[in-house]
Amino acid sequence: MNILVAFIVLAVLGGILGVGLSIASKKLAVVKDQRLEQLEAMMPGANCGGCGFAGCAAYAEAVFKGIAQPGLCSPGGQSLTDRMSAVMGVKAATVEKMVAYVFCKGSCSKTTRDFEYMGLEDCNAASILFKGEGSCKYGCLHLGSCIAVCNDDAISRDSDGQITVDPEKCIGCGKCTRICPNGVIRLIPYNAKYVVSCNSHDNGARVRKVCEAGCIGCRICETKFPQSGFKVQDFLAMTDFKADILEQEKAAQSCPRKIITELRR
Amino acid sequence: MSYIAILLTYVFINNFILAKFLGLCPFIGVSKNSESAIGMGLAVTFVTGTASVVCWCIYHFLLVPFALEYLKTLSFILIIAALVQLVEMVLRKMSPALYKALGIYLPLITTNCAVLGIAIINIDNAYNVLESFVAGIAAGLGFTMSIILMSNIREKLDLQPVRQHFLSVPIAFISAGIMALGFMAFDNSLLTNLHLA
Repeated sequence: MNILVAFIVLAVLGGILGVGLSIASKKLAVVKDQRLEQLEAMMPGANCGGCGFAGCAAYAEAVFKGIAQPGLCSPGGQSLTDRMSAVMGVKAATVEKMVAYVFCKGSCSKTTRDFEYMGLEDCNAASILFKGEGSCKYGCLHLGSCIAVCNDDAISRDSDGQITVDPEKCIGCGKCTRICPNGVIRLIPYNAKYVVSCNSHDNGARVRKVCEAGCIGCRICETKFPQSGFKVQDFLAMTDFKADILEQEKAAQSCPRKIITELRR
Repeated sequence: MSYIAILLTYVFINNFILAKFLGLCPFIGVSKNSESAIGMGLAVTFVTGTASVVCWCIYHFLLVPFALEYLKTLSFILIIAALVQLVEMVLRKMSPALYKALGIYLPLITTNCAVLGIAIINIDNAYNVLESFVAGIAAGLGFTMSIILMSNIREKLDLQPVRQHFLSVPIAFISAGIMALGFMAFDNSLLTNLHLA
């Protein structure tokens, strides 16, 4: 009998509160602009923050208020830009799909070490101590902070410590580019064909000593194939992704270090 | 106990944050700037005040007649949750800016032990309805005072050189601990000396 009373009292109490709340939610409903609702509904919902706003809803609101342009959303790509522009009644801009790329081919076996690091498995922690154990202070630290921060499982590390980004899985949010203490991982166009996979500004002699893979700044690509767009600055060749692909291919073949990597999509 | 004594008790002597350690989540979470701290403090004060009265009524007019006193925790949580939902809806309608500033911490008042704490303390101390209301408001005001003090400290801390590993939350906890030590100065002798006990 007692338990029945308890049950009934709580059920009635809950029922009254529930009905009261549902009436209140009808009375106090906030009318949202239809276009804002449409914008929010079409967002990818990854909440990656790549656009520079707090999340998908914040970016949709910024576009609605005219603070931001459609087209900053990297996961949404061109199709989302077109749809957002249509809702807002503006001309759609063309956006290039960007993906993350690791500018370092110096895996554990190819590079020398100054000392053995035995601390936290975290690149930023390792970087505090003499910029990491590797002799090259510009390269990948192999500890995989970028893997931990990636929401889309796009980054992997092989048994030799070489980190690679799967361009098909990468949504270009840029989280990994911000977590990397050395800035080794950066965004490049999805359609890029050739890229110099090195980040080291050490001079040629030093790079040869510490790494089997790195760019030595010999300028062969720049002087022999000026149309290839490769430019050496501070002992490191930079890539121009808009340059002639055929010239880039020739430059890649003549590179003594074979560090101009062909990307197969 | 006079109303002034109740007020002093829950603002200073039994301050919910600094002496009872109730409701620490919003205390650390929303104390980054003083504007949202004031908003959060007032929202909590409103909820503790109304929750005290409503819970007192439910206890004395519903649970006691049916001899269901053992259900007080369950039914109080039910009432507080509904009340917070209502406050959330009202805020979203009346003050979207405050609603945004409070963010996730507004629904978190639901599970804030400070609110449930004051409702149960009222019953345990056998306060009447007006005393309960004063105690609820006082608990909220004590919370508001400590969160505003904390937010001012944290705004100052933002301009100070702090070790990287202590930045933001860790240094806030250390400051809160020192503040709690300071508040140990208030005890029941305050009431005795003011001839209120």
